[in-house]
Amino acid sequence: MPSSIPVSASTKANMEVTSTSTTSSPESLTAVKSRTPFQNAMRRFFRHRSSQFGLIILGFMIFIALTSPVLAPYSPIKVLTDVKPRSDPCIHALGCPEDQPQHIFGVDGNRRDLLSRVMYGARLSLLIGIATVSFAILIGTILGAIAGFAGGWTDTAIMPFMDILLAFPGLLLSIAIVAVLGPGLMNALLAIAFVSIPVYARIVRSSVLQVKEQDYVHASRALGASAFGILGSHVLPNAITPVIVQGTLGIGVVILDAAALSFLGLGAAPPTPEWGLMLGEERNSLFNAPHLVFIPGIAIMLTVLAFNLLGDGLRDALDPRQVNMGKMKK
Amino acid sequence: MTLYLIRRILLFFPVLFGIMFITFALARVLPGDPCYAVLGEKATVAQCEKFREDHGFNDPIQVQFVRYLRDVSHGDFGTSLKDGRPITEIVLQRMPMTIEITIGAMLFATTFGVLFGIISAVRRNSAIDVGTMIGANLGVSMPVFWLGLMMAFVFAIKLKGTPFWIPPSGRLSSGISIAPLATTWHLQNLTGIKLALVTFASNMVTLNALITGNFRVFRDALWHLILPCIVVGTIPLAIIARMTRSSMLEVLGLDYVRTARAKGLSERTVIQKHTLRNAMLPIITVIGLSVGALMSGAVLTETVFALPGMGTQLISSILSRDYAVVQAFTVIIALIFVVINLIVDLSYAFLDPRVRLN
Repeated sequence: MPSSIPVSASTKANMEVTSTSTTSSPESLTAVKSRTPFQNAMRRFFRHRSSQFGLIILGFMIFIALTSPVLAPYSPIKVLTDVKPRSDPCIHALGCPEDQPQHIFGVDGNRRDLLSRVMYGARLSLLIGIATVSFAILIGTILGAIAGFAGGWTDTAIMPFMDILLAFPGLLLSIAIVAVLGPGLMNALLAIAFVSIPVYARIVRSSVLQVKEQDYVHASRALGASAFGILGSHVLPNAITPVIVQGTLGIGVVILDAAALSFLGLGAAPPTPEWGLMLGEERNSLFNAPHLVFIPGIAIMLTVLAFNLLGDGLRDALDPRQVNMGKMKK
Repeated sequence: MTLYLIRRILLFFPVLFGIMFITFALARVLPGDPCYAVLGEKATVAQCEKFREDHGFNDPIQVQFVRYLRDVSHGDFGTSLKDGRPITEIVLQRMPMTIEITIGAMLFATTFGVLFGIISAVRRNSAIDVGTMIGANLGVSMPVFWLGLMMAFVFAIKLKGTPFWIPPSGRLSSGISIAPLATTWHLQNLTGIKLALVTFASNMVTLNALITGNFRVFRDALWHLILPCIVVGTIPLAIIARMTRSSMLEVLGLDYVRTARAKGLSERTVIQKHTLRNAMLPIITVIGLSVGALMSGAVLTETVFALPGMGTQLISSILSRDYAVVQAFTVIIALIFVVINLIVDLSYAFLDPRVRLN
């Protein structure tokens, strides 16, 4: 875990030392230029070991996702004619005969290049994770804000509903919703998003309740600020920290759940290059072609790991009080 | 104390009602007519009319809901739309397997999770600590089904022919079977709840084998449970280990722990009696919360290891559009989850006097 980095927002020393965070050592405390809380948080974030690892992995995944149309050797859905299904990886540099076509990760059961499929899968998984969580945050924020501001009956109508959604194990509720909507990637994502809403609604609502009765909020009300204005200028800035942390961790959960649904045949349909689906399609070839199961799984794990590490780093950076607390995920 | 218990239990009922309402509503927002979904597109109007009449779809929606509440409270989950079997019967047949996996995984996760967490906290920044935390991070990032396939690959394929070989699928080896308890005990004329209980115990292979003293079957059943339990338990293990570590670290930094050390207590007593007990509350919370992860994991893992539990049934019911079964299973799983969280909440009152007084 991170050794907490000494920070000194209050230091008023004028001595200009270097302002880049990488070269100033903790000993130069008295000589550090004063920083805004945001700069401090950023400093903690970039010095945090988990976030560094997370950023590296995520950067790599984003790079792959963005460049897959250029770098991928084949189309992810093109059925090749010159190879046998499920043939082993063939890498020229490692002694695979030059007259055979190179397939770094091998070929899948439908004679498609696995490397290309995994690379395109990065696009899909990142998109799935980010889009689904953004959607859940949007709806959750609206519901939480309405419940918090309106209070009374509106609150009583919204929040118990959210609590009950939390009473279901998330993935199983998504499965049940997909059962109703019918299998398909879009339906799976809707189901997962729906299940993720309550967490964000709760965070935003509690932020609203926290600031609603503050004097400065009363004051801005008296000055004619609308509920919308108060939401934007007072509530959301308060809620943004926990939402960002929860959202980052949530992306990992969403990617895992989406992969699980696709694995079960309830999500993405063939021939989509979705990692969970790729695993599900080849699960029975574990004996003769284990690489087809192994590689997509590693891809999922690395991506989810990146978001989890980032989330941990963000939590520790944004809320130094909680360095040792609140490791609970949910 | 009593007041707290009563209040907490009373709070349970609205949640119960909500769960029933949501699962009921879910089944009703179904796009299209359930009749055509079940009987197929070619069903005639008359067939559909009969289907609706038989399944009570013609009654007003509130009547249907009340009837549903009443039936479920009597343990009647209706009949499968596909083959007309009572769903309660399917549940009694399928649930024991899932519960065996869940309990096994829970034991595995709790034992090793708490153990690794304590060691990590006590030997902070040691190789064990760093290793545990890296393992925990990988553990929460892994897809359960992938871990299952990998374990099957290692233990069933790579270690084939060694004593460490573990069967990759099924519940019992071929040639080994177990008789229903009702037959063993000559209780064929049981009815109602008693029959349900006996059937349930009978279908829980390990329990059945243990009661009847059939140790060969017991060993074989355990042998088949090892891989699924480890797989399902891995994510909760990671979460529990992280929580135990951070909770222990927090308590270890408190003044009274220093006092305990200062008065010369052995490190063992300090950790076991003074630190662990006070660090237990958040640990129990995550253990309770991981029941959800355990059950989701069990559903996925059953499909990997071809085990006849609720998960495999749920997936096949979804694919054959048997909504009645899906609805019933969702209710049951949510109920188990809620009840366990209730137990966790109640256990706070025993562990922490402050909870009682508030």
